[in-house]
Amino acid sequence: MIRDVTLGQYYPGKSLVHRLDPRVKIVLLVACIVIIFCTFNYLSLALVTLFTVMCIASSGVPAKFYFKSLKVIITIVVITSVLNLFYGTGDPLWEWGILKITVNGINRAIFVTVRIVCLILISSCLTFTTSPTDLSDALERIMKPLNKIHFPVHEIAMMMSLALRFVPTLIEETDKIMQAQKARVADMESGNIFQRLKALIPILIPLFVSAFRRAYDLATAMECRCYKGGDGRTRMKIIHMSKLDVLAIITAALLICGVVLCNIFLTAVM
Amino acid sequence: MSFISVQNIVFSYSDDDGVSAKNAVNGLSIDIEKGEFIALLGHNGCGKSTVAKHLNAMLLPDSGKVFVDGDDTSDEEKTYDIRKKVGLVLQNPDNQLVASIVEEDVAFGPENLGVPPEEIRKRVDEALKIVDMYEYRTNAPFKLSGGQKQRVAIAGILAMQPECIVLDEPTAMLDPNGRDEVLSTLLKLNKEKNMTVVLITHYMDEAVLADRVAVMDEGKILTQGKPREVFSQVELLKKHRLDVPQAAELAYRLKGCGISVDSLPLNEEECVALLEEVLK
Repeated sequence: MIRDVTLGQYYPGKSLVHRLDPRVKIVLLVACIVIIFCTFNYLSLALVTLFTVMCIASSGVPAKFYFKSLKVIITIVVITSVLNLFYGTGDPLWEWGILKITVNGINRAIFVTVRIVCLILISSCLTFTTSPTDLSDALERIMKPLNKIHFPVHEIAMMMSLALRFVPTLIEETDKIMQAQKARVADMESGNIFQRLKALIPILIPLFVSAFRRAYDLATAMECRCYKGGDGRTRMKIIHMSKLDVLAIITAALLICGVVLCNIFLTAVM
Repeated sequence: MSFISVQNIVFSYSDDDGVSAKNAVNGLSIDIEKGEFIALLGHNGCGKSTVAKHLNAMLLPDSGKVFVDGDDTSDEEKTYDIRKKVGLVLQNPDNQLVASIVEEDVAFGPENLGVPPEEIRKRVDEALKIVDMYEYRTNAPFKLSGGQKQRVAIAGILAMQPECIVLDEPTAMLDPNGRDEVLSTLLKLNKEKNMTVVLITHYMDEAVLADRVAVMDEGKILTQGKPREVFSQVELLKKHRLDVPQAAELAYRLKGCGISVDSLPLNEEECVALLEEVLK
């Protein structure tokens, strides 16, 4: 069913990566993304690739899921690498009209490809191993200091988790409305793009009306349960860092050191 | 004073121009005692839900007073105390579940009250066990049936440890199985945990289960008393476009045919016994 697919990419499991503190995972992901784009020679690129492979291997998520997430971006990867191939500077190895390929161009193409692939794989690793609730919860805790500058951290996290909670409900509802309109001989499958867009209106309007009604009900239910914003609220789940998290942090720190050292001692190839 | 005392309340929903419409509640008074199971009965649009929202300070009366455990609901400082004491369960279970995991949803109430984490854990497990949903605690609510979702919603209120639970047509969107699940949960809560239950419904068969039935029409209490007393007033109920349980209706019609019927049956078993008696 559609509602199962769209409920995010979470793949439940109990692997090493699953058991990491979601806060640590998010921070490490950000650090990794930065470091992926700070690779300027092949050794550091290899280090980053190795780290990505390690993450994937220890996530316990079947490889086909990772391939699926790569499939989406394959065109972007091909286009950017081809563009980079022809944008290199230096002596041309091959020339045809205005197109020329240089050693620098080849290097660029390889770097861009590997970087994007690593980036996608490592971010997928986070979304595969962390449930949406944990993610929004962790984000709230990470951004808590921003409360001091009156940034509505709690409200944003609450909105995120409520939105996630209502995705399957609203999809189910869309399904029902579509069937109801089809039963009234609504034609949604023929005609050109404009006609099809127009055919969506009888689905969207009831959907919006019902979403507002649900929101009103939900607000009542939340007030009934004494919701009054983030102040004075406690949480049932206490997340704390374990030895595993320390291990992950150390590994990531080693990666960062490795890449920095490579950048200092080896010449940049691009 | 009774645990909940509603004194002559009047309420109308005003529209955007500030013009007030017809009074949804029109001079209604009712007292609810601790540990009581009361059913508030009425057809659609008679103001039942409006009354429900007055019981936990979601709405405040235009005139008249509502007291919960001695506190006036219009006292803003007491609002959250009152909502903690009187939990309200709504009709649509889908719209009142907040989290995407059952146990996190149940934890929402106590989290709002600032209960320490270990205590929340304890309350959540306890509440889920009472409504018999403990083994589903890590499931996503949208995969549950209607009756199960409504029981989770009840658990969410129970975890706040209220003294009274008000349910606004909790079974209206459920199938017969789901309805039975919810009703037996309510009976269990009332009998075993001595919880005050206010069940708002338009199903006569559900009202029969209560200790006391109050019938509403046009924003007022029409009549109240033990189910047997109320449902014996068949003519009065009919006049106000209300039904009586099928068994009571049958006895009423038999009487109309000149057959002497001395007792009033409220459910199938009593009805069978009565018919055996008559046919003897």
